[in-house]
Amino acid sequence: MSVTMDKPPVADGAPRPYTLRQPRLPRWTPPALALGAAAVAVGIGIGAGLGSRIQWGLIAGLLFVVGMYALAARVEGRRQAKDRLATSLVWVCFLLAVVPLISLVWETVARGSKVLDGGFLSHSMSGVLTIQPGGGVYHAIIGTLEQVGIATAISAPIGLLTAIYLVEYGRGRLAKAVTFFVDVMTGIPSIVAGLFILSFWIIMLDFGYSGFAGSMALSILMMPVVVRSTEEMLKLVPNELREASLALGVPKWRTILKVVLPTAIGGIATGVMLAVARIAGETAPIVLLVFGSQVINNNPFDGAQSSLPYYIYEQWAAGNEASYDRAWAAALVLIAFVMILNLVARGIARWKAPKTGR
Amino acid sequence: MDITPATSAAPPPLSGAPAPAEQAKSATRPGDRIFLGFSRGSGILLLVIMAAIAAFLAVRAVNALSHNEGNFFTTFEWSANSTPPVFGIAVLAFGTVVSSLIAMLIAVPVAIGVALFVSHYAPRKLATPLSYVIDLLAAVPSIVYGLWGALFLVPHLGGLYSWLNDYLGWTGIFAYHDGAARSLFTIGILLAIMILPIVTSVSREVFLQTPRMNEEAALALGATRWEVIRMSVLPFGRSGVISASMLGLGRALGETMAVATVLSPSFLINTSLLDPGGGTFAQNIASSFKESGEIGKDALIASGLVLFVLTLLVNGAARMIIARRKEYTA
Repeated sequence: MSVTMDKPPVADGAPRPYTLRQPRLPRWTPPALALGAAAVAVGIGIGAGLGSRIQWGLIAGLLFVVGMYALAARVEGRRQAKDRLATSLVWVCFLLAVVPLISLVWETVARGSKVLDGGFLSHSMSGVLTIQPGGGVYHAIIGTLEQVGIATAISAPIGLLTAIYLVEYGRGRLAKAVTFFVDVMTGIPSIVAGLFILSFWIIMLDFGYSGFAGSMALSILMMPVVVRSTEEMLKLVPNELREASLALGVPKWRTILKVVLPTAIGGIATGVMLAVARIAGETAPIVLLVFGSQVINNNPFDGAQSSLPYYIYEQWAAGNEASYDRAWAAALVLIAFVMILNLVARGIARWKAPKTGR
Repeated sequence: MDITPATSAAPPPLSGAPAPAEQAKSATRPGDRIFLGFSRGSGILLLVIMAAIAAFLAVRAVNALSHNEGNFFTTFEWSANSTPPVFGIAVLAFGTVVSSLIAMLIAVPVAIGVALFVSHYAPRKLATPLSYVIDLLAAVPSIVYGLWGALFLVPHLGGLYSWLNDYLGWTGIFAYHDGAARSLFTIGILLAIMILPIVTSVSREVFLQTPRMNEEAALALGATRWEVIRMSVLPFGRSGVISASMLGLGRALGETMAVATVLSPSFLINTSLLDPGGGTFAQNIASSFKESGEIGKDALIASGLVLFVLTLLVNGAARMIIARRKEYTA
């Protein structure tokens, strides 16, 4: 290190006035170089007739990283050049990550808003051929709301009680096993949950396809998420509150119900809503268990239903312009639903955050 | 202690006789017992569900395997509905592992970069909303990624692929013959985009926990920002990044709908990753479920069991690493 630090003053110490500062590139260099790299990349892209914009972007990124390193190595020395290299790589990574995500949201909004209107939200696909324009997502929205609602009704109490067990009672081997398997359960692929309900409910118990079967698979996916987030929230409740209540002679269960839960209720609600947002977009169990339908079926316990994510899949599979339009519009509805749930949940979390005394 | 011998001495003798009675009394409150029973019951129910998943899948899988005329692990065919049924998971295992590995190769470096960007490079004002947006993106449903992948990404990758073919086609891996780019490599790219948010957010948390003192000590010795990161942040966060990547890998292995919409499946192992073909466990289940008869469904369940075990191992390993790290830092 010291060798490279000494180099610049020795190499060209004479012509410059003596300072301790190493020569630095001016602050506007990185943005200017970025612009330059982008311009050159567009030039190369058009000149060489590269069709895909993805290539343009990759060339620009490469030019920027290499150019920054070369410039810094010339002016500032090798250590600074490495630092510049890392900085520019980090920026390029960030852009690489952001560009597809912006593109995803942009495409969905731009293509989805084409057919999205009141009629789309209030009509089903009943009697509409897939190649015809028209039709809507009403039946799918009904299906999604019912399936997700039932799944929440199953998994929220179980998840809540499990979290209470882990935080308030859990000692020893059982609690450790539950903690570990809750973690592992978070990673179960949704299709495996679907297969389990398929082999248990439909093949063994011989029930037909229904929204309820889908709800059971969804609740398997939802439970661990609820447990995890509720657990975190209960741990945040200060111990003094519990001790104060117990010291007054209040039984433990009443302490939990009347003191611990109300303190953490904001965070718990947030966790449940985030879990709902996660399962609302699950398609795989619906494909296996609910089977999909073109018409409105209000009864989740009997017969095939549809759901928003399944509807998107179905319309994509139909493979023509009219159905693609409907798929994008349904995707926009689904994303809006999930995002609103997320935003509201985080809003509640901020609103009702437990006071931790810090 | 010395001043009040009576009270401080009280607990030890009490623990002889009256204390158990006291404890027993509080434990026998019916409300407490019912509540404890319910909450412990829910915990046990979760374990039962996990066991039941394994058991039910195994029962159906055994039924399917007993009818199988081919070798379950080496047959390159999926004719589970013909008589006699012949099926094997070789192609599916290959496709699943290869596409997930491509996803990891792309996503992990980029995710580390983004996590560092949020934790150490971005201006403070930008960092908080950015981490917030990354969390939001983790919530985008996979079917929407699939739709975007099939209708936007695939048409845009053709140019890149023919370019790769021109320069790297001789390797065989990057050979590309014109056509829709609905290949394993495209799946890898799409999966990388999908697991990026989760890997990023876990890594970011770990990077932010780096002891401030270590970083400041390095800075005080004249280290550049990159040297600070290389010498104090990355070594501290290594196990966290490994477990984050394995969580991402678990997601990539089990991803269904995005793969089912983008891939054009076939039961061949293609040496070229850019040409369409291949399949994954989850994709095969979703795509061929509706045409399956009884044995066909059981065969799909058997392949699902393999996927279940695979993700269980990966996730279990990730959680072990996290748990060990927690003990170490605490």
